[in-house]
Amino acid sequence: MSHARKRPGTRFAVGVASAAVLAGTLAACGTDTDSTALTWYIGPDGAPAKEKIAEACSTDDYTIQTELLPTGATDQRTQLARRLAADDPSMDLIDIDPVFVPEFASAGWLLDIPDEYAERAVDDDVLDGPASSVKWEDEVVAFPQWANTQVLWYRPSLAEKAGLSEADMEKVTWDQVIDAAADNGGTVGVQANKYEGYMVWINALIQGAGGSIVEDTEAGTDAKVTIDSDAGKQAAAVIAKLAASPAAQPDLSISNEGTSLGQMFPQGGAGEFMVNWTFAYANYRDTVGAEGGPPDEATFKDDFAWARYPRTNPETESTPPIGGFDIGIGAFTDEPDAALKAAGCLTGTDAQVTLALEAGLMPARTSAYQDPKLVEAFPPDLLALYQDSIDDAGLRPASAYYSKISGAVQSTWHAPDTVDPDKTPEESATFLEDVLEGKSLL
Amino acid sequence: MTTATVGRRRREGAQLSERARAEDSLGRKLVAPAVVLMLLVTAFPIVRALYLSLFNYSLTAPDDRAFVGIANYVTALTDPLFWRATAVTVGIMIITVAVELVVGFVFAMVMHRVIFARGIVRTSILIPYGIITVISGFAWQFAFSSTNGFINGWLPGVDDGFNWFGQFGSAVSAIMISEIWKTTPFMSLLLLAGLAQVSEDMLEAAKVDGATWWQRLYKVILPNMRAAIMVAVLFRALDAYRIFDNIFVMTAGAVNTESISFLTYRQVIEQFQLGMGSALSVLLFLSVLLVAFILVKAFKVDLAQARQG
Repeated sequence: MSHARKRPGTRFAVGVASAAVLAGTLAACGTDTDSTALTWYIGPDGAPAKEKIAEACSTDDYTIQTELLPTGATDQRTQLARRLAADDPSMDLIDIDPVFVPEFASAGWLLDIPDEYAERAVDDDVLDGPASSVKWEDEVVAFPQWANTQVLWYRPSLAEKAGLSEADMEKVTWDQVIDAAADNGGTVGVQANKYEGYMVWINALIQGAGGSIVEDTEAGTDAKVTIDSDAGKQAAAVIAKLAASPAAQPDLSISNEGTSLGQMFPQGGAGEFMVNWTFAYANYRDTVGAEGGPPDEATFKDDFAWARYPRTNPETESTPPIGGFDIGIGAFTDEPDAALKAAGCLTGTDAQVTLALEAGLMPARTSAYQDPKLVEAFPPDLLALYQDSIDDAGLRPASAYYSKISGAVQSTWHAPDTVDPDKTPEESATFLEDVLEGKSLL
Repeated sequence: MTTATVGRRRREGAQLSERARAEDSLGRKLVAPAVVLMLLVTAFPIVRALYLSLFNYSLTAPDDRAFVGIANYVTALTDPLFWRATAVTVGIMIITVAVELVVGFVFAMVMHRVIFARGIVRTSILIPYGIITVISGFAWQFAFSSTNGFINGWLPGVDDGFNWFGQFGSAVSAIMISEIWKTTPFMSLLLLAGLAQVSEDMLEAAKVDGATWWQRLYKVILPNMRAAIMVAVLFRALDAYRIFDNIFVMTAGAVNTESISFLTYRQVIEQFQLGMGSALSVLLFLSVLLVAFILVKAFKVDLAQARQG
């Protein structure tokens, strides 16, 4: 009996004691840090530079911590999606590949950016390509952080042999490039493995001919599939021509951004024309004398050049691919105000200059291109080309179903040597419609 | 004599029925908490998957969610991709379980009969089973790799530059070898338990009657192990039908090596198609039930009668 009477008292004492300890710990948590901690999920490109930027953008009110995302685009996207689908409040600032912005915005995972911040995120200083990549249903949903684009890298000696002058190269077509390489012992480097890079190429070819893969993408699954068009056929003709040409590289069907780098300065051979992202410049600059790089400084200076992305159609300006990263704010963050302020700083001109200088990730803002340090680090005509290319870039379809669209196109257009201008665009249109309507598995 | 035996059994059954009923009732009470817990943990996701499978529902377009009835099932069951994945999965299941049964039985005999260093022999046979599948998958991927692997160098008649993951046949073989290496110990462990149940008296009697080693194996050991073999094959077949880790690590589904689980994973995790993914999960669940049913019928073993009086 006495035992029974004693127990509630003991329990009460234990309860009070543990509550006191718990309260103490919690209070300590609250008072130890005098500023808010924001977490910035960063892509692995230029991570050390981003850590520096995070430190520079931290203020007395908030500290920005970084959290590294996986390397692959698909892995990045699934990790972000899993956290956001679970309403993770620790997702304050997020690096997002532009093609996933519509998906994330449509899912309600990105914080609506108030007008005052939105206006600054896409003000006149921001180039057109990145500015349109952060919009979904006419609302700004992210901040452009840096911009990537593809240009044509080539050996002037190879172009001269084919009779192409520097002026010709500015409006060179895919047909000319393939013929020039095939007739003079050179090759053409592209990305045609069954992955997003192939989608980038197909999209650029189709847009370069004035067409598109899908239209009215905001209608979701009811989007209009327009890949089966003249533009689609012209794009397929370019791919088929390259696949059948001696200018095709042997690993064409599994080629990616890295595979064709070594073909620019091969051991004995004319070199190549290669479409690739902006990192190629720094790659060759830093590998002079090394295996796969230019043999010496003179070759790098005199026999390595760049031009705008080739045209699909001689009469139409090309629409170069655009990449890069945007910063979004997680819809479930506990600190939206601090995150908005931080995002403005992380994507400001200073931050973009730092990214370009330290990691070779090119700015999305015009003012950053005029920064004296950047002008010193890159050839002026290359900086001008980047700006034009990013400004005139063609976006990949902005759809909440982008991964389905990209997957369906990749699976019908791969391998490149099976592409037939008379069949492939039609087949891919049917398959894409079925996939969007949920009638076919992908 | 036969009638006498049957009569005695019946009488015993009648006498035991009271006790058996009490035992059954106690048994039910004892498992009740576990059953309730299992229902809580498993029934909710199953019912939720069934519900979601009736919708066209993408996580990235929650506003477009629409009820479509059984359309997802119709799409899946009429799609060549689904049947290709099913064929690959069934093929992997049959081949790996068959090989594991034979190899696992040999290992079980070794573990059963070994006289010296019993602990070491048993432990070394069981080591692969203790390794996490993802890690063993990576280990085998490196082993088969054409750039830094050793398998091409060891196998006669195979070119050093041969890419095992470049085409279906060799890629699926590599996956199966990794799977077999990893799970054979589990098979032999279950078979060892069965071997231990075969009475030495019967074996000696057979020996005295002049039965050869093969006859003793086929007429005495195997029939007496039927329940154990059935459990081993059932467990492994169901496991093999859900194969995922090795495929994910070694090929990521390339060159048509996709299994049903992997196809489901891609729909849900990569494409965020909750509706279609749930429909595929339900189909996977039903096919696992079907495999279990076929195996139980094929072995003619009533698991409820396995209780030893």
